Amino acid sequence: MNQSSIVLGTAVRLMLPVLLVYSLFLLQRGHHAPGGGFVGGLVAAAAFSLVALSDGPGRARRILRVQPLRLMGLGLLVAAGSGVVGLIWGDAFLQGIWPKWAYLPVIGKIGTPFTFDVGVFMVVLGFALEVFFTLLEDE
Amino acid sequence: MDTLLVLPILIPLATAALTLIAARALRIQRALSFAGMASLLITGVVILLHVDEHGIAVAQAGGWAAPYGITLVADRLSALLVTAAGVVGLATTVFTGFSLDRRRERASFYPLLNVLLMGVCGSFLTGDLFNLYVCFEVMLMASFVLLTLGGTRAQLEGGLKYLILNLVSSAIFLTAGGLLYRAVGTLNMADIAEQVAAYPDTGLMDTLAMLFLVAFGLKAAMFPFFFWLPASYHTPPPVVSAVFAGLLSKVGVYALLRTFTMMFTGHLAFTHTVLAVLACATMIAGVLGAVAQMEIRRILSFQIVSSIGFLILGLALMSKIALAGAVFYLLHNIVVKTNLFFLAGVIEKLRGHGDLRRLGGLWRERPVLSVLFLVSALSLAGIPPLSGFWAKLVLLRAGLEGEWYWAIGIAVVVALLTLYSMTKIWALAFWKDAPPNEFAFTGRERDVREKSARRAMLPVVALTVVTVAIGFLAGPIFEMALATAEQLLDPSQYVTAVLGGVS
Repeated sequence: MNQSSIVLGTAVRLMLPVLLVYSLFLLQRGHHAPGGGFVGGLVAAAAFSLVALSDGPGRARRILRVQPLRLMGLGLLVAAGSGVVGLIWGDAFLQGIWPKWAYLPVIGKIGTPFTFDVGVFMVVLGFALEVFFTLLEDE
Repeated sequence: MDTLLVLPILIPLATAALTLIAARALRIQRALSFAGMASLLITGVVILLHVDEHGIAVAQAGGWAAPYGITLVADRLSALLVTAAGVVGLATTVFTGFSLDRRRERASFYPLLNVLLMGVCGSFLTGDLFNLYVCFEVMLMASFVLLTLGGTRAQLEGGLKYLILNLVSSAIFLTAGGLLYRAVGTLNMADIAEQVAAYPDTGLMDTLAMLFLVAFGLKAAMFPFFFWLPASYHTPPPVVSAVFAGLLSKVGVYALLRTFTMMFTGHLAFTHTVLAVLACATMIAGVLGAVAQMEIRRILSFQIVSSIGFLILGLALMSKIALAGAVFYLLHNIVVKTNLFFLAGVIEKLRGHGDLRRLGGLWRERPVLSVLFLVSALSLAGIPPLSGFWAKLVLLRAGLEGEWYWAIGIAVVVALLTLYSMTKIWALAFWKDAPPNEFAFTGRERDVREKSARRAMLPVVALTVVTVAIGFLAGPIFEMALATAEQLLDPSQYVTAVLGGVS
C-alpha cells in the first residue's frame, strides 16, 4: 500500500463509529421503513472499506476480527435459522414469529423477520468485504 | 409436510453456510458436504414415497395462501428429480475429494457446490414462476464461479460464453415472466395454468410460449441455442463438467416440461410442432458435433446436446407413453452422463489429457476401468439390457403410436450415430495400442495420480451400479415414469393441490 493521506486517516477514524451506528440504525428500521439488512450491510462494509483504503486491508481485517467468508456463513445460518423458527413454532417456513417477551428498549419488538435481516446484514457485509479485501490484496 | 418440502432447499443452504465457516479445514468441509448430500438424497426418497402415497405435496412459505405467497410443490416429477440431484451431489462430493487439486478444492468449492444444488432443488420444487427465475440465478452464479474456478485461460473463455448466453436467457425469461404477469396477473404456476387456458387472446399466449421456449431452450442447450454448451463444458475440472452435465442442462428441460405440460397446452398443434422440429434439429446438431470431435469430454458435451433433443422430443409427442419415456430417459441420462464425465476425469487423471489421438492401450492396462466405461457408454448409446435402451425404446414406440414417422426416423439415425461416437472413444482410447511416443507420468507423480485415480473409481462404481440397476429394474421404474406422465398430463391435479379447489 502506498502512504495514506492524513486527511483520509483522520476522517476515517471519525467516520467509522458513525457509519457503523448508522448501519445498525438502517438495519433496525428496515421492517416498516426504508432500510433493512441489505443497505445496512453495505453501509457497514463501506465503513470497513474506508479503513482498508486508508490503513490497508490488514488493519481492516483486524478491526473486523471475523473472517469475511465466515461472516457470510454465519449470516446464512442466521437467516436460514429464522426461517426454521417459523417452521417449528409457527405454521410454515419463513413465517414471521413475534414473541411477546422479545422486546428491547431502543430496538423495539424483535421477531424472526428482524433476525432474518440480521442474517442478510452479515452476509452482505461478509460478501462485500471479501471481494474488496481480495481486490486490494491482489495489487 | 411443510418441513419435508423445505428440506431440499434448506439442507444445501445450511451445508453451504457451514462449509463457509469451516473454510480452513478441508476434511471438515468434505465431511459436511458428504453428510449434507446424503441427507438430501434421503429427503428426496422420503418425498418420493410421500408423493407416491398421498399425491402432490404442497407447502406455502411464510404461511401466505397460494396465489399470493410462494408455493413449494412436489409432484412425482419433482420428487424423482430431487432424488436424482441427491445421487449426483453425493457422487460428486466423493469424486471431488479424490480427484480435484487442493488449490481449487480449498477455493470455496464445497460451498459453491451446495449453493448450486440448492438452486437445482429449488427449481425442481418451486411452484412459482418468479421463484423459478430466482433459483435459475442462484444456479447461474454458483455455476459461473465453479466453471472459472482456477482461472485458466480456457476456463475464462468458456466461462464468458456460458455467462453471456445464460444472461441473455435470464433476460428473456424475465421479460416473458413480466409480460405473462401483465396478461394474467399472477406468477403462481397453478394459477397461470388456469388463467392461460381461459385467456381470450391466444396469439399473445403463443408468443409468450415461444419466449419461454427460447429462455428455457437456451438453458437446456436446445437447437439453435446449443453452441455455448460444448464451448464451455469441457474447460473446467472434470468433476465440475460432471455435475453440470448431470444436473444443469436438465433443469432447463425440467422447466420446459413444466411449462409445456401445464401452462401452454391450449395450442398443441403449434407449440408442440415447434418443439418437435427443434428437438430433431437438436439431436442432429448434437450428434454430428460429437462425431466430429476428437477429445473425450468434447464428445460427451455434444452428446449432452443430442440427449436434450431426445428429451424434448418426448415432450413434443405429448402422449402418456412419450412423457413417461422422457422421464425415464431423464433419470437414466442424469446418472449415465455424470458417470461418463467422471470416467473422462479418471482417464485425464491417469494420462494428463483426454485427446483421443494421443490416447490408447487403456484396455490392456486398466480392464476394470474399461468395463466400467463400456457399461456407461453402451447404456448411453442404447444397447439392451442397459437403461438407455429402455428409454429410447419407449420414446420410439410413442413416436410410432403418434405417427410421427419422420421424427422417429431421425431419432433412429441419431441413436446409431451416438453409438458410433461412443465406439470411437472405445476404439481410440481403450482398444488401440498406446501411441509409441506417448507421454507418461513417471516416479512419484505417477504414484500420486494412480492412487487418486483408484480412489476416484469408488463413485464411478457406485453410479455404474445405479445405471445397471435402472436397466434391470426397468419395469418398476417405468411404472413410476408412467404415473409421473399421468400427473403431468392432468395438470388439474397440480392446480387443485396448490389452489385447493378455490380459484
